[in-house]
Amino acid sequence: MRKLALSDEILLEVDKPVRYIGNEVNSIVKDKEKIKLRYAMCFPDLYEIGMSHLGIKILYDMFNSFEDVWCERVYSPWIDLSRIMKERKIPLFALESQDAVKDFDFIGITLQYEMCYTNVLQILDLAMIPFYSRDRKDDDPIIICGGPCTYNPEPIADFFDIVYIGEGETRYRELFDLYEKMKAKGFDRKSFLHEAAKIPGLYVPSLYEVLYESDSLNSMIESVKPLYDDIPSRIKRELVINLSDTYYPKKPVVPFMKVTQDRIVLEIMRGCIRGCRFCQAGMIYRPLRERSLESLKKYAVEMIKNTGQEEISLSSLSSSDYSKLPELVDFLIDYGRDAKLNISLPSLRVDAFSLDVMSKVQDIRKSSLTFAPEAGSQRMRDVINKGLTEDDILSGCREAFLGGWTRIKLYFMLGLPTETEEDIRDIAILSDKIARLYYDLIPKEERHGRVQIVASSSFFVPKPFTPFQWAKMDSKEDFLNKARTVNQAMKEQLNYKSIKYNWHEADVSRLEGVFARGDRRLASVLINAYKKGAVFDAWSETFNEERWLQAFEEEGISMDFYVSRERDINEVLPWDHIDAGVTKDFLIREWEQAKKGSVTPNCREKCSGCGARSYGGGICYEH
Amino acid sequence: MSIKVRIRFSKTGSMKFLGHLDVMHFFQQLMRRSNIPICYSEGFSPHQKMSFALPLSTGLESYGEYLDIETERSIPSKQALFMLNSNSVEGISILSYRELKEKAKNAMASVALADYSIRFREGYEADFDLKKKLDELLNEDEIRVLKKTKKSEKELDIKPFIHKYQCLEDENGYLIRLRLSCGSVDNTKPELLLKALYDKEKKDLDKYALMITREQIYTIEDGNIVSLEDMGLETE
Repeated sequence: MRKLALSDEILLEVDKPVRYIGNEVNSIVKDKEKIKLRYAMCFPDLYEIGMSHLGIKILYDMFNSFEDVWCERVYSPWIDLSRIMKERKIPLFALESQDAVKDFDFIGITLQYEMCYTNVLQILDLAMIPFYSRDRKDDDPIIICGGPCTYNPEPIADFFDIVYIGEGETRYRELFDLYEKMKAKGFDRKSFLHEAAKIPGLYVPSLYEVLYESDSLNSMIESVKPLYDDIPSRIKRELVINLSDTYYPKKPVVPFMKVTQDRIVLEIMRGCIRGCRFCQAGMIYRPLRERSLESLKKYAVEMIKNTGQEEISLSSLSSSDYSKLPELVDFLIDYGRDAKLNISLPSLRVDAFSLDVMSKVQDIRKSSLTFAPEAGSQRMRDVINKGLTEDDILSGCREAFLGGWTRIKLYFMLGLPTETEEDIRDIAILSDKIARLYYDLIPKEERHGRVQIVASSSFFVPKPFTPFQWAKMDSKEDFLNKARTVNQAMKEQLNYKSIKYNWHEADVSRLEGVFARGDRRLASVLINAYKKGAVFDAWSETFNEERWLQAFEEEGISMDFYVSRERDINEVLPWDHIDAGVTKDFLIREWEQAKKGSVTPNCREKCSGCGARSYGGGICYEH
Repeated sequence: MSIKVRIRFSKTGSMKFLGHLDVMHFFQQLMRRSNIPICYSEGFSPHQKMSFALPLSTGLESYGEYLDIETERSIPSKQALFMLNSNSVEGISILSYRELKEKAKNAMASVALADYSIRFREGYEADFDLKKKLDELLNEDEIRVLKKTKKSEKELDIKPFIHKYQCLEDENGYLIRLRLSCGSVDNTKPELLLKALYDKEKKDLDKYALMITREQIYTIEDGNIVSLEDMGLETE
């Protein structure tokens, strides 16, 4: 029987010990003697968050399909356990073997949101590995990262040996081969990293020098240059062009505990045709590539059998844009009737088709419909290129009310570029219009009480590789004033009793903004804040703004420099040496279009020449 | 007509850290992976017809865990055991799969007695003659313990709930075997007896000192003690 890394006493002391014991159905245990390379795949947050993540499932399955590789999983120990591990010097371990990860060949960390950066430090700290890449020795594991935050990896660049830019399916085999070859000859970390930097998509931050215009901590970047001329000056994002002919995890690990998304995930496509100007995912995963209907049907059936899970969810950025959606949904409904399968369909546009499907798969009385207009006024929606008119929203609601729905959720953003008070107040007016529509449409005797409209707003955070990457972000006071304006406007509406409005906290958004568009000078702030106790900053119960403000002050770094000024299009951006596929010219064009409030058609309507065509496939070649 | 089935399973090793909700979640999925023709409730989110005998506290091991399910048709016990075990994990083994009579009481309502064995965790051994002192305690007329519930504390005599007692010593130290009343009425936790002994000896019983294993659960049928699995019959 496996010996656990933690004693019974510790496991009985901490909350939810099942997070730390492994042994789940479909988890993979290999014979250590027969493998050449051990990889610890880490999601730097709680088990129940990380276990829901599709990217890790794909890479876990792919790596373990290699005979010479054993890939295991690691998640962040919650603060109760991490305290015990620090006190008793218990090194961070992988779930499958329960072995210390500091003895592994690689630790791969996925960076899904900026607020996990202190958790990355916690992982390294508990693993007993130096924070800075430059301080690591030949026998330390190679620390590599992937995920959306790598499109501007600079704030955490000093902590990583390698940053993988793009989709993991393409270059890991090459990297593993290189590692095994160099390990066999007596490993030298420096030369390995130099060789790795020649593999497309792999960015080795230590081999790129950042020069600033002056020594002042508020000076702009002058240049980012490779130290050697045999490595690329820009690192181009990797991607899989044919998604129907690649790895898919048919036997995903099934957690014991109920995790956040306790369901089978079927990724139907990557990329998005919409081009919303605030949305990073819509830009960095271009071009849209669909998986074939036949392969999806096959995966679904196999996963249902192999996991026993009761729910399947379609995953994509905008499921309504999948060209074979009706066929796929029909298949799942049919198959699911006998298999007693629940089907969840997030990110669907509300229209006659989706309402019909939803009425088949869920209880209308208990479910709510979600719209994401993102902005209240048409002017503002045109600025962000949402591609949604008030007519679209109201006719969707009309269909929904006639179909029996009475609960509507609306998502908005505050602090968008060019936003005026009128745009903000329109959030309340639109909410009220929807309520009025209900009362006009549904006669009194057919109503079941009031219509319930829940409007939520989050604060806009400009992200790299979006047309808004140059935009200024609102201050915390601006944000809260805007939220109060909306709240006040809500109260002035005729149907205010049918509308509930809530808004997010502003302090986390601002930090997120700093790290999203920050540079290497922020590494010291991260370490400072971590040493003060900052960890699990994405969790409101553990987030403490005071610690961060102090850390910035002590390091002499101004948050305003990163978020409170509009950047000039000629400024060297910290991520300019990353090539995400969309060109800077396109982003500048879109930024200008946004300021004029003019709309850019989606990829199916007309190609806008974003640059993704250079990958040689996907939607760009469907016309 | 649906068929009532009783399943006995063990929960050992690292699986002792699964909470009761995790175990339920695990079995729901295990039924589906194993193609057991389990019955579902009606409605938009159908639930499996499944109920457990007696939740086991996290940290305890067991060879006597039970759940009842309803199935749409009969399947041979051997085949069911094979399917369930080949889709299970190390530490959870399905020990029996037997059909119940149509009118049989469900597992939860049947629970009357349970066997436990107790050992001391390494480093937490008793520093006195445990067997002698325990024998003495069991010979007294009553064994009073403080029973804590969520709302209150009350003193009660657990002697009437101890039906069998044995204390052995082997190369692994003491082994205490107990048969206790359990179920919804006189539920008695095995650690209560040791707690009473340590209190009497004016010693502290560390909360991690004991390693407890549930061995079996019984019902009382016409005055006879019958294990829950023996209420059912193997099917060919």
